[in-house]
Amino acid sequence: MRKLIIRNGRVINPATRLDAVRDVLIEDGKIAGIGEKLHVTGAEKFDAAGLIVAPGFIDMHVHLREPGFEYAETIESGSRAAAAGGFTSICCMPNTSPVNDNATVTSYIIERAEKHAVVNVFPIGAITKNSAGEELAAIGSMVQAGIVAVSDDGRPVMNARVMRRAMETAQSFGIPVIDHCEDLHLSAGGDMHEGLESVRLGLRGIPAASEDVMVARDILLAQLTGARFHVAHISSRHSVEMVAFAKSRGVTVTSEATPHHFALSDGGMPPYDSNYKMKPPLRSDCDVGSVTQGIISGAIDVIATDHAPHPGSEKMQEFEKCPFGVIGLETAIGLALEHLMHPGKISLARLVELFTTGPARVLNLNRGNLAAGAPGDITILDTERAWTYDVNKSASKSRNSPFDGHIFRGGPVATIVNGRIVWSAEQR
Amino acid sequence: MPGGLLGIESLDRIEIETILDRAKTFQPQQSQNRRDMLRGRMIVNLFFEASTRTRTSFEIAAKRLGADAISISASGSSVDKGESLVDTLNTLGAMHPDAIVMRHSASGAPHFLARHLPTPIINAGDGTHEHPTQALLDARTILDRRPTLEGLRVAIIGDIAHSRVARSNMYLLSKFGAHIVLCGPASLLPVELRQIAPGVTLTHDIKDALRGADVIMMLRVQLERQHESAFSSSEYFRFYGLGLEHMSLAKPDAIVMHPGPINRGREISSEVADSQRSVILNQVENGIAVRMAVLERVLSN
Repeated sequence: MRKLIIRNGRVINPATRLDAVRDVLIEDGKIAGIGEKLHVTGAEKFDAAGLIVAPGFIDMHVHLREPGFEYAETIESGSRAAAAGGFTSICCMPNTSPVNDNATVTSYIIERAEKHAVVNVFPIGAITKNSAGEELAAIGSMVQAGIVAVSDDGRPVMNARVMRRAMETAQSFGIPVIDHCEDLHLSAGGDMHEGLESVRLGLRGIPAASEDVMVARDILLAQLTGARFHVAHISSRHSVEMVAFAKSRGVTVTSEATPHHFALSDGGMPPYDSNYKMKPPLRSDCDVGSVTQGIISGAIDVIATDHAPHPGSEKMQEFEKCPFGVIGLETAIGLALEHLMHPGKISLARLVELFTTGPARVLNLNRGNLAAGAPGDITILDTERAWTYDVNKSASKSRNSPFDGHIFRGGPVATIVNGRIVWSAEQR
Repeated sequence: MPGGLLGIESLDRIEIETILDRAKTFQPQQSQNRRDMLRGRMIVNLFFEASTRTRTSFEIAAKRLGADAISISASGSSVDKGESLVDTLNTLGAMHPDAIVMRHSASGAPHFLARHLPTPIINAGDGTHEHPTQALLDARTILDRRPTLEGLRVAIIGDIAHSRVARSNMYLLSKFGAHIVLCGPASLLPVELRQIAPGVTLTHDIKDALRGADVIMMLRVQLERQHESAFSSSEYFRFYGLGLEHMSLAKPDAIVMHPGPINRGREISSEVADSQRSVILNQVENGIAVRMAVLERVLSN
């Protein structure tokens, strides 16, 4: 029997409102006990004195690029970056090649993950075939194969009727629809948030309204169908307000925010630096404030990274030619501590919730709770220790991060998946 | 300017005044003689976007200073064969030119390259961002007729949203205390422009823009190059074209400028373009003088 005992950490478990110094015992990959000064023999020891011990963090929005774009990221490299960022579970978006729009691709991803991934990988299936926005994908078979949600992330469903049918189908199979809310007609050709900065730099704008109109549409469709609708990477003031309003009216809507959308605004971009180019774009200071407010108030349920690896050759081009997206797995916790917890905007327990019970509830995952019998997934944090992010040492195959060289106050210290330490800070 | 010239926004007044003063000494009426201060220096003109006047102007400016100038246009070059911008510039950089003059359709392309190449880069127009030498030659042209830019009322009329000429002029004129009135249909005149620099106001009515103007800058309209029809091209001239009948609204000695090439009957009537008020050909002359001053300054150390 394989045992791991984590001694004397400050255990924060939002699901049971536990916040106290405890020992945590994991046996054969499962949580076996949480208590004071547990008597255990023959166990591997982890001294967590002065550290935070939390349920394993979940990133519900990651692009692993496999199959099809292994030069940018693989299931293995992405999972290692996740572990180095303190995540024990990640959900991978379906925009691979081929698109994960059928059970064969879903099974392939799950098999590859079982063999090569160091963290748990939960695939998200496409809403429509080839994410073309026209014909529904084989959603039921994908659910049986193991998807936890559907999304046409990056190629949002523009036809409201198709989205309605997708919501009805997803509801039948008990999974949420995650939408990357963007009206492609309004955003067409845009490279950054539409505002003073885009006008100043002569770059074509992506108006906040291109996000807002789709959030509004999907909220109304969720109300119509009763489906669970989750807003991916929410970034604008009006979208946050609409989600809060819809929640107050009982609509089954949830939302996530990325660290870059609460840490950066459009004015902070070094001129034409494509490591600041993503969708939705970095928005105005006002929008950043609203995202933060949404995290505080609960309009936003989850922090997710939208980790989007692109190789240097793709990001080393004219700004308008560069693809959208930044990597984010390794910097997420540090940014949440810096921008949310340290300034006193949220408590440490709320921060843990945003990474654990938040996504677990959205996706109905049996994770994010330190309960006896639950999977032995643990994230250990230090809220104070300074460290510097060196993107060239990233476990990801890509380097497109705006936070290279950033000095963080606090971050992950160790990542434990199914009772095994898969990463610790000495490896950084 | 050891690093080159990427835009007007980051220049200070003294830098601009130095270039404008120096440009005056390069004007044709001062001297037609060739000068040799840049003998033996190599300048590459790299034009990823078609341009006759700017490219020729830079070539002549370089040659008048005794420099060797080589012009490369994207069509028919390795760029046509799919070479990336970075590879093209790395290749050229390895040949050690003293400066690269660059025109590109992507905003920020010269800024991106300046970060990765040691060679000074002179921006000859990047996308819809800046066209610094155009603003400098426009300022030179105005100052040939007015003692100062301060307090002047300058109307800039047309597709402001997509105009690099407008942006560079706004930055320059604002730094010297001019009042800038931007005019165009709402789809081509983002409201954020109001905050882009001090002294900028917006109007959708050409008559408002022209009232009391000292300088009228017309922009080239390229509705066909926009990504969608942001304004009906059939009625553009009717509402935003400059005709002789408008001129009485402006100051009696107001001048009319245009970065060229002009579209007669599209944004400006032939009568105005050919009138005494038009200084369009003086702008072309000053283009060479200003570019001589810029090349000299960039290559001087």
